[in-house]
Order: sequence, then structure tokens, then C-alpha cells
Amino acid sequence: MERPLHRKHVISVLVENQPGALARIIELFSSRGYNIESLNVGRTEDPTISRITMVAKGDEHTIEQIVKQLRRIIDVFKVRDLTDKKKLDRELLIVRINVDSNEKKEEVKRLVDIFGAQIVDLSQDTYTVELTGDEEQIDAFLELIKPLGIREMARTGRVAMVRALQGDTFDEK
Amino acid sequence: MKLSGAEILLEALRLEGVEEIFGYPGGAVLDIYDRLPFSSLKHYLTRHEQGAAHAADGYARVTGKVGVCFATSGPGATNLVTGLATAQIDSVPIVAFTGNVPTYMIGNDAFQEVDTVGITRPITKHNFLVKDVRDLADTIKKAFHIARTGRPGVVLVDLPKDVTRELTDFFEEEYKSPVQIRSYKPVLKGHPGQIKRAAKAIASAERPVLYIGGGVVSSGASELVVKMAEVANIPMVATLMGLTAVPGNHPYFFGMLGMHGTYAANMAVTDCDLLIAIGARFDDRVTGKLSEFAPNAKVIHIDVDSAEIGKNKPVDIPIVGDAKLVMEELLPEVEKQVSKNKEFLLSREKWLMKVKSWAERYPLYYEPSDRVIKPQFVIEKLCEVTKGDAIITTDVGQHQMWVAQYYKFRFPRQLVTSGGLGTMGFGVPAAVGAKVGRPDKTVFCISGDGSFQMNMQEIVTAVQYSIPIKVAIINNGFLGMVRQWQGIFYDKNYSQVHLDVQPDFVKLVEAMGGVGIRVEKPEDVEKALKEAMTINNRPVVIDFVVDREEDVFPMVPPGGVLHEMILPKYGKKKIKKAI
Ligand SMILES: Cc1ncc(C[n+]2csc(CCOP(=O)(O)OP(=O)(O)O)c2C)c(N)n1
Repeated sequence: MERPLHRKHVISVLVENQPGALARIIELFSSRGYNIESLNVGRTEDPTISRITMVAKGDEHTIEQIVKQLRRIIDVFKVRDLTDKKKLDRELLIVRINVDSNEKKEEVKRLVDIFGAQIVDLSQDTYTVELTGDEEQIDAFLELIKPLGIREMARTGRVAMVRALQGDTFDEK
Repeated sequence: MKLSGAEILLEALRLEGVEEIFGYPGGAVLDIYDRLPFSSLKHYLTRHEQGAAHAADGYARVTGKVGVCFATSGPGATNLVTGLATAQIDSVPIVAFTGNVPTYMIGNDAFQEVDTVGITRPITKHNFLVKDVRDLADTIKKAFHIARTGRPGVVLVDLPKDVTRELTDFFEEEYKSPVQIRSYKPVLKGHPGQIKRAAKAIASAERPVLYIGGGVVSSGASELVVKMAEVANIPMVATLMGLTAVPGNHPYFFGMLGMHGTYAANMAVTDCDLLIAIGARFDDRVTGKLSEFAPNAKVIHIDVDSAEIGKNKPVDIPIVGDAKLVMEELLPEVEKQVSKNKEFLLSREKWLMKVKSWAERYPLYYEPSDRVIKPQFVIEKLCEVTKGDAIITTDVGQHQMWVAQYYKFRFPRQLVTSGGLGTMGFGVPAAVGAKVGRPDKTVFCISGDGSFQMNMQEIVTAVQYSIPIKVAIINNGFLGMVRQWQGIFYDKNYSQVHLDVQPDFVKLVEAMGGVGIRVEKPEDVEKALKEAMTINNRPVVIDFVVDREEDVFPMVPPGGVLHEMILPKYGKKKIKKAI
């Protein structure tokens, strides 16, 4: 049998900012054995509403099911699959890099320049760098600094919003 | 006016129109039980919280109202779980209230504390933990609204003890104002464009079939669906949950489809060119192998829950909406289309004849006996004695399928059975709830010897409140349905299905305060049923000792193809030739 095409989907959810709401959403994934690649929650312009951006891998049918199931949750206002929309799509990376030689320090500064990142903290032999960008940019940056030695890192997963030309992010529950 | 949380709860229930509740007290709900005698509510003390949940469920299924149950924290709440899951998967509206430890102790592993909202989250439509008494009235209002609107379901409200104790203002007028939940707006009216498309498809199909699910019963769409079948000459088949939507003897009705469906129903679905699914969810017990389910049909799917549409089977014309409201729009459209298309109706007659010929050629059949009691015979006799007018609750197993096959239902909400979860132990407590909800009707629970032993303590509840439910145990000395599977798929390796050691059900029921009758011969079946009908002040249990190895046929093996059924052996009975 032909395996259905799996790709990463970016799903944006507006949800009542209430205890239990997030649990319900996560449970929807875990109880069906779907894996969430990244999950981001934060408040919106209305403090009682949170925006969740999640990235999940799956075939079209599975993702469509997830979207429908999400809409069914009482606390959920709106759900939209942003995958094929023109969107602003960002992730934040904080990474502590090993710089135990001057060459390494120079190399990091050079890469920080090229990528438009920032050194936000330092110690004798580490630089901590912050970078905002889309997933590919962040992956590329990490690839380049990997040989220097990554001590520790944290990335947020994506947040996303459709571009203004595409109309409002949400037009349906 | 200042009221305590407990008083607010009881007032709110009254304002919701609740008259009867089922429950079991404990430390965390003592404040509520303390005020209960001063309220207008009638509380039924079951003998187990699972019984309370099933009773509320049975009550809701027969009345169409919201069922209500109470339990205490910890073990009380966990005992509700099976009951709530049973109701939720069958879309039954229930609001359950559980007590909990005081808010300041939550999360401390206090005595009798569990994370009730966490445990019940996946088995409810929604749930609430009330942390402030000032939110209580509003929460209860929302709970009832969510339970009864859209796709009905279970809502749980967890009440920490201090919340039931503290005082706050309560105003009746405020409670009666409309509910506002900004993130919850179920779609009830079908899309007019889709309805037009559906009507066209219905009028132009050659071999349409109406596939009726529980949603038709719960939305009250039965009459409209039957009318459509008559107007447009469409054969009807139903799921277990949809059975009572259609009069069992309607000439266009061909019974249940699926794993134990009739030959005609399964063949009609296999051969149809248009499948009109209404309030049905394409459960695997219905479809068998999905890719071979209605393989040549266009599919119209009407459902109030958009997440059900296209979940299992791709749909050509989806209509999201309440079955009744959609049918109110769709039926006139179909009538219009049909009047333009008279010649189609004639070709439909041919289609109906074809389905009828399947029904005649391969009817439901069992080998009669005058030596041992055949379980199917008991159901047939029951149907005769009760004139098809009893409310029937069932447990789970072979007896449940025989009820589905052999009892000819006459009106909606007449069958109370655990379709989605298949919960043994459901039948007796559900019968208690059903009889409380419909005291005017005979309520008969058909159970198995295995299932009966799972919640038979609720007979005592029936005794305490003089609830004259009737129970027929189809006693085959086996976990019959499991034995049937072992017989067919596991080479008759009957592992752990013998129920040779059994209580004497007659003595047991008498010890509990009910009436017990044992029947061992076919000629005594009718007499016992009639005798049971005369007992009006307490429960009666008839222990029918039946043929031990009778199997349910037709049968589609799990994951099999609907039109490849294992049929009964027709024995000496003459089978009419297909037309
Ligand atoms: C709570 C629960 N446990 C186990 C099962 C699995 N199960 C399905 S049918 C069945 C046998 C039922 O036996 P009985 O009640 O005697 O009815 P019969 O099939 O003999 O009519 C069992 C064990 C179930 N459905 N529910």
C-alpha cells in the first residue's frame, strides 16, 4: 500500500485562557498517538484568549481529523491549518556555544553577524546567542556552530500568523 | 439572597427542571446531602456509583432529558468512570457532580483525593473544577447547556468541599438568563446549498439506502426519516443505536446492519449507489472492512458533529447540523425533486423488491426446539407478551444482539443499550433509571448470566424504591459472546468463559427482596413472562436456562466484508427463492 505523504503542518489555535484548556488539546494528540513536534502558548491582544501554535507531522487526512477534533473542544474558539498559507513564521533560539579559543570567538561573531543574531551573555569560554528566524534559518545556524561545541540550547518551536494580505488569520471555528 | 454552594447547586438543579437524581454520598459531598432533604429533588441511592451513572444514563435515554448523578471524591468519582464513558460514547446527556477535598488541599494527596477532572477529561464532553463559590451557578448553567446542546454528552462538575460550604449571592432571575459561552456555538442548521445537492442526489440515485444512527433518535428526527423513505421509496437500515427510530415492522425497514446485521441490510448497503447516513458514525462494528463498505456508493452524511463527517469514510455531500432540523429542510426538497422525477420511483420499486427478496431468502433464523429454550425464542415471546411496547434495556453479549434482531420496536427511545462502549453491567441500573424516567412503561432488562453478575446489586435499589423493573437473564452458563468468538476464531478453545459456578439467581433475588422465577422448558417461557408482567411493586428476575451453545447469526467476522456473512444453518426450513 502506498504510504500517504507526511509533512509538517503548522496549526494555529485560539483558546480560552483557562486551566484545563491546554491539557485538553495536548490530550487530544497523546490519546490518539499523534506526536507534537512543537507547541507554543502565549496570550493574545485579548488577555482572556491564548494563541497556541503547534507543529505536527502527518498525512492530510490525519491533520484534517486533528483540526476537526480541536474545533470540537469547548474552550477552543478557532483553529486553522496555516501550512499552505503565506505566513510569518518565527522561532526563537537561545544557544550557549563553546568559545575556548580566539578563532572560535571570531567564528561565532562572524556567524552572528551574518544571521542577524545577538550575543546576549558571555563567560570566559562561552557565548550565549539569541536568534530569531524561521525554522530553516535556525537549523542552518545550528549546523554551522555545531563543530564549535554547543553547551546547551533551547528553542521555542514556531509561532505563526498569516500575512495581512491573506486576510484575518481566522475565519471559522 | 445568600446561599451556600450546596444550596445553590440544589436550586440550580430545580431551575434546570431536574426532578430525579441518582447518587451515593460520602465525606466530600456531605454539605450537599445535608441540604438534599429540604429540596424538591428525589434522590435515588444506588448501591454503587457505577449504578448511579448508568441509572442517570438510562433515565436520560428514555426521557430525552439530562440525567444527573452525584458521587463523592476519590473512590466515588473513580467508580463513576465506566458509567460516564458509556454515556459519552453513545452521546447521552448527563451532568455528573463529584465532591472533592477542599480547594486548599487539592494536589496534596489528601484523604480520598483524586484528580477527577484529569481522569474524566478524555471521557467527557467537557468538565469543570469549581474553585470559587461565586462561579458555581454560572458553571452549572454552562454544564447543562453543553450536555444537552449540539452533540449531547457528559459534563462533569467537580466541587471541592469548601465551595459547597461557602455562602454567596444567588439570584433566580440571573440564573434564568441565557447561557453565554463564546467559544461554543454548535452548528444546528444544515447548509442550504448542501441540502439542495443532497435532495438532487436522492432523487436521481437508482439504489439509495437510508443508514440510520442514534442521532436520529436523539434529535427526534424519526418521523421525518420514515416519511422520506416512504416519499422516495428508499429502503432503511439502522445501527444498534438507531434501531428504535423506525417501527420494527415498517415494510421499508430491513433491520440492523453490520457485524450481526441482517442479510438484507448488509446486502443493501453493499449494493447501493447512494448511502444516506443520518446521525450515524460509521463504527467498525457497522462497516466491517471500510474499503468494502458501500463500495459503489456516493455518500451523504448528516451529523451534528462535524468531526464525525469523513472520519472513517470519505463523504461526497457532508451536511453538518441537527438531524431533525436538517430533515425539516431536506424532506420538502426531496418531495419537490421526486415529483419531477416520477419514473425514478418506479425503478426504485424494483430496488425495494430486490432488497425484500434478500430478506425473504435469508431471513433471521434459528432452529426451533421443544426440548431446550432457544434464546431467540425468549425474545420473540417477550415481544409478543409485551406487544412490542416495553422499554428494553440490555447488557452486552449475545443476548444484546438477539434483542436487536428479534424485538420489534415501535417507538423511539425504546431500546437502552450500551452501543459504543459495550459495557457489561449496564442493563440492570439502566433499567432502574429508565423506569424512574418512564413509570408508565414496562421496563424489561435482558441480561446475560455474566453481565447480570456485574451490577446485580442494583436490584436492591429497585426493591428499596419499589421500582418494578423486570429482568430476563438469558442464562447459557457462559460468557456467551466470548465463547462464540473462541468457537469460531480460536478453534473452540473455551478459555475462562465457563460460568458453571453460579449463584442460585432465584434465591439470590429473593434474598434481595425481589421475585425470582426459574424457567427451564420452552413451554413455560410465555407463562413466566406473563407472570412477571403482573408484578407491579418490586423487581422480578426470570432466570431462563437456555441452550448453552447457541450462536448469533448472521455474523461478519471483525474486519470482514459485509456481504460475506456467516449465515445460520437453515435446517429443515424452506428458503424461498429470490425473486
Ligand atoms: C465490562 C466488560 N467486561 C468485558 C467485556 C467483554 N465481553 C463482551 S460480551 C462478554 C460476554 C457476556 O456474557 P453474558 O453477559 O453472559 O452474555 P451472553 O453473551 O452469554 O449473552 C464479555 C465478557 C465487556 N463487554 N464489558
